[in-house]
Amino acid sequence: MIIGENRAVVSFKYLLMTVFAILTLLPIILVVVGGFKTLAQLRLDLFGIPDPVMWSNYLDVINPDKSMFFINLLNSCIVMFTTVILGLILSSLAGFALSRIKFKGKEIVFTFFLLGLLFPPAVAILPLYIELKTLNLLNNYMGVVLPQVAFALPFQIMLTRSFFNQIPIELEESAYLDNCSPLGFLIHIVMPLSKPILTTVALLAMVTSWNNYFLPLLVFNDEKLFTLPMGVMSFQGQYINDWSLVLAFISLAMIPAIIFYLIAQKYIIDGLTGGAVKQ
Amino acid sequence: MNNKINRSGYFSKGLFSRNSLTAFAFLAIPLAVYTIFVIYPVLQAIWFSMFKWDGLGPMTDFVGAKNFLKIFADPVFRIAIGNNFKIVFLSLFIQLPLALFIALIIARKFKGAVVYRAIFFLPYILSEVIAGVLWSFIYNPQFGIQNTILVEWIPFLADFPFLGSPTTVFYSIFFVMIWKYFGLHMVLYIAGLQNIPQEIEEAARLDGVNWWQMNLHIILPLLKPTIFLSIFFSIVGSFQTFDIVWAMGKGEPVNAAETMVTYMYKFGFQRFQLGYGSAVAIVIFIITLIVGLVYQKITASKDI
Repeated sequence: MIIGENRAVVSFKYLLMTVFAILTLLPIILVVVGGFKTLAQLRLDLFGIPDPVMWSNYLDVINPDKSMFFINLLNSCIVMFTTVILGLILSSLAGFALSRIKFKGKEIVFTFFLLGLLFPPAVAILPLYIELKTLNLLNNYMGVVLPQVAFALPFQIMLTRSFFNQIPIELEESAYLDNCSPLGFLIHIVMPLSKPILTTVALLAMVTSWNNYFLPLLVFNDEKLFTLPMGVMSFQGQYINDWSLVLAFISLAMIPAIIFYLIAQKYIIDGLTGGAVKQ
Repeated sequence: MNNKINRSGYFSKGLFSRNSLTAFAFLAIPLAVYTIFVIYPVLQAIWFSMFKWDGLGPMTDFVGAKNFLKIFADPVFRIAIGNNFKIVFLSLFIQLPLALFIALIIARKFKGAVVYRAIFFLPYILSEVIAGVLWSFIYNPQFGIQNTILVEWIPFLADFPFLGSPTTVFYSIFFVMIWKYFGLHMVLYIAGLQNIPQEIEEAARLDGVNWWQMNLHIILPLLKPTIFLSIFFSIVGSFQTFDIVWAMGKGEPVNAAETMVTYMYKFGFQRFQLGYGSAVAIVIFIITLIVGLVYQKITASKDI
């Protein structure tokens, strides 16, 4: 039985939530619309409709002669996909060994990996920088990818290991009868059955890599390697007095994440909350 | 079927040595990557922290605990650590209650909840750098809200300096943090609320409890595990704050918005004091660890 709430209370809740929603979206809308304004209009008329509509701001941003936007975008994609693929492979391998293979020292190895949950990247960043320099990985995609993969591994292994634990033993026995190796069993049976957890692992890695700024800031000196967050900072520094151009740049820089969010919203939110809330 | 085999699985059955070899084959690369890029640099940070070193020549200038003494004697570090704790407390008392309030409203019997949830969560998926630059524009004295909203509608705030003054910069940045992160906590709470069985609420309604009683005495106690988790995320995240501050003026003016990580960055990578910077990193780690442990201890006790 549901006791109906007072109409006024319901209306008030909607009003309140709608005000919050508008306030949340407003800065984003002002920026996107502002990118279409002339600098003069931007200064005087924050809320107005662009007049004249300055397509040239956006066109300048996507013009390879005037901005590095597409190079930044491409670099972010390269770093992200490599990080995600390596993360999926390494966390599946380690999760499988720690879940399905019996060997001496298994608990010690697992604890050793869990130790990594204690260390935020900031703690290791200075020695890491020296190490990357020694390994000749500065100004190299792998200089960002490998530490990103390494720092994500402990949590990823925790997820894959506990999911692999649930895979019924009967499947393992029939795999053995079919002369399947442990690796074949992982690739052909365990991984396809683990799509939900591998999706979570991939999505978390994608979001983290896409937004990462701290590590690329140290590793990439060469402008040709800059990722999108670095591109935003360097473009803003370059056009400090031309805000309408900067607004066009950040609007375009937001688009990939927003499209991705609209498509995969359910998975992103489930991935972030699922592992955490449901024990 | 043999129960013993059932529990441990086929790949656990064969010869011991063969299993160890198989396990090693699976674990070698993950262990190597993890050890080289996480464990080794962390251990090195401890070692570096005891030297005075510019990162170039050999480390010869052993100073023991001197770096640590210097850190706590530096007034700028005290501002930085103070800001980190301010972020923790303000999040606890402003951001999380706001997220909880919204979650309580839209989690149940709220048409269009999916749309509202999507909007509130949107800022979280933007990178901190984009959020920071976006708000630098909103706060900009010539282009942002100052010229329009404040001057015309709220005249007494017309000269509010936002990022321009040491007294307001920290709170202006903190406001952006609320904007960016309340959605994350809200979706955590919504997920937690959806795990609470409807029957409990319906039974309480039959007993005639009102909205406040319902939320305060029935829902909140059941939501406790989720709330504890969200507080934990918030605390650990607060100590790592860097990108958003860096994008909104690098901790300036006069170090007023400095955090421990921006402080570390400045010493390590701008002044090339790698020993001192490593000592700051160790301090950040120890503080996070202690606060995390104390927090776990408090939440694990039965009284709460």
